[in-house]
Amino acid sequence: MLKIENLHARIEEKEILKGINLNIKPGEIHAIMGPNGSGKSTLASVLAGRTDYEVTGGSASFMGKDLLELSPEDRAREGLFLAFQYPVEIPGVSTTNFIKSAVNEKRKYLGLEPLDAVQFLKTMKEKMKLVEIDQSLLSRSLNEGFSGGEKKRNEIFQMAMLDPKLAILDETDSGLDIDALRIVANGVNQLRNNDNAFLIVTHYQRLLDYIVPDFVHVLYNGRIVKSGTKELAFELEEKGYDFIKAEVNEATA
Amino acid sequence: MDAKIFFKEIYQHQEKDTSNLKSFQQKNWDAFSELGLPAIKHEEWKYTKVKNLFKDGLVYDQQASSINKDALSNFILRGTEKANHVFFINGIYQAGLTLVADSADDLVIKTLEAASGDEDAAFVDAYLGGSYGYNSDGINALNASFSSGGAFIKVRKGAVLTHPVVIHHIADAQVGLRFSQPRILISIESLSQATIIETYNRIGTNESLTNEVMEICVEKEANLRYIKIQNEGGGANHTGTTHIRQLAKAVTHAVTITLSGTVVRNNLNMVMDGEFGESHMFGLYLLDGNTQADNHTIVDNAMPNCFSNELYKGIMDGSSSGIFNGKIFVRKDAQKTNAYQTNKNILMSENSSANTKPQLEIFADDVKCSHGCTIGKLDEDALFYLRARGISEQNAKALLLHAFAADILQQIEIEPLREYIDGLISDRLTLNI
Repeated sequence: MLKIENLHARIEEKEILKGINLNIKPGEIHAIMGPNGSGKSTLASVLAGRTDYEVTGGSASFMGKDLLELSPEDRAREGLFLAFQYPVEIPGVSTTNFIKSAVNEKRKYLGLEPLDAVQFLKTMKEKMKLVEIDQSLLSRSLNEGFSGGEKKRNEIFQMAMLDPKLAILDETDSGLDIDALRIVANGVNQLRNNDNAFLIVTHYQRLLDYIVPDFVHVLYNGRIVKSGTKELAFELEEKGYDFIKAEVNEATA
Repeated sequence: MDAKIFFKEIYQHQEKDTSNLKSFQQKNWDAFSELGLPAIKHEEWKYTKVKNLFKDGLVYDQQASSINKDALSNFILRGTEKANHVFFINGIYQAGLTLVADSADDLVIKTLEAASGDEDAAFVDAYLGGSYGYNSDGINALNASFSSGGAFIKVRKGAVLTHPVVIHHIADAQVGLRFSQPRILISIESLSQATIIETYNRIGTNESLTNEVMEICVEKEANLRYIKIQNEGGGANHTGTTHIRQLAKAVTHAVTITLSGTVVRNNLNMVMDGEFGESHMFGLYLLDGNTQADNHTIVDNAMPNCFSNELYKGIMDGSSSGIFNGKIFVRKDAQKTNAYQTNKNILMSENSSANTKPQLEIFADDVKCSHGCTIGKLDEDALFYLRARGISEQNAKALLLHAFAADILQQIEIEPLREYIDGLISDRLTLNI
């Protein structure tokens, strides 16, 4: 589904990704962990098509297409979804209208008829239950004045509405209390199936208690330095990132 | 052109006005001869393309041309079909075309000459030309020198108009560069309530220039809504001044929307001349091509305990330019004044520009005043967020710009009119969802 080979990227003059290799297949949940500044969010942003970052080498293919050649909107329409670490507040754009536009632009791209008002509302009601989000929140301006937890739930709600093939959750757990974390995780678990995949970017193992990954990768200094199963996450939680840093530094010394 | 010689010729040959306005016109002609036309050296016209305004070849015959009167209904904006309609053609009030929907007990519309000689003579005497204090550039005086074709509108004491009063300005530019000078004096008597809408249209392919002066007195506890909509298309030039004087506890709500034109200069001067007055001023300029929109506003707090709030927003594309200049005066006696002002601009292209200048002159010591202005591009983070959900770049921009404009659009209370203007704006932003 997603195949990343030797991906390099920089922002301005600073090289942040220094050769990422990652292969995600349908039905899998991958977690990317790593200390602050290791390049986790950069990887998420580069995959979603943020132009602040310049890809300087390597490749990324998504569903057989060259991901890096696609505009951010076409990546989304092809089925890539990024749940933002910091969802943007957009005054004056109602959440409902925004989601309707997004859903219908995607449908148009895929050659489908737009959802009519009834179908749209029906789908919306279903998905709202999934993330325990309130109607009143959705009639407000997009993310404007939302609490941290409401913003993150809104991200998962949008994910549910857009039904992506690959969802990248960029530190969705940061700043969430345990109830919000449970709701977000619950949403993801209900949405997962054999055809879609998740890439969960997180600093802590906490979220992985609720969303059990098939693979855990440790990103450090712009490279994936260790991969394993969910046990690796427990090890990191127990020992901290220092043992990884020590291992890497020893190897390069 | 040498404006003084050009207009002197016309002034001397105009039909001798024998009404009570004669001395008013003479006085203003003398003032114009002193002041002349605005020039770039005037601080208040520094950024305005004045060269485009008073050009050679102006056609100024003060005649209503042979416009097909049946075609006038085409100029009625959607949402204002049922209204009191007032027509000016080439700056001359057309008494015969006036359509009054409200009761004659509530609303009076007549020529300025008639008002200067009947029971409204005292009002005309007191207020006509009484509000020029802020203009040292001659355009008000030039208008007044030729004020014979003006109109007088009165909303009687305690009347609540059911329908808006829509003033249509139509310039016939079929024969040449049409110059028009509409003149309007309005009395919103105490405890009454009215909405006044102004719109502008041009017939023909030549350019036009409209130099309008409107003076409104909103008396005690009266409520005025004023909407100015400019969408005349390229080639239309405009210098318009709206003077509003508010007495005690009067409330005024003004919305100025500029969607097209060549050089459009709007002066809006508010005088808070009674305690506990309230004034809201909103503006939106959505510009492209070579359009220049220049909004100059003044709020003069002459009396204590007044409130004013001002929000103007601009979106500039192509080579267009937006200008905002907002002055707030708080006089020595005007304690407890609350005066706020904000101007926000978005530049969509390399060649577009914005000039913004807030000016506060405060002589009282117990007031709350604030001002702020911004000029920037569309928020890149917001744009990326929308695109990352599959919304095309074009639609994402349109959504954000539409949201930016919505604050101002919402101020138009007449729903069908608001929807119509909203539609014009959506079309312009090529919102395609």
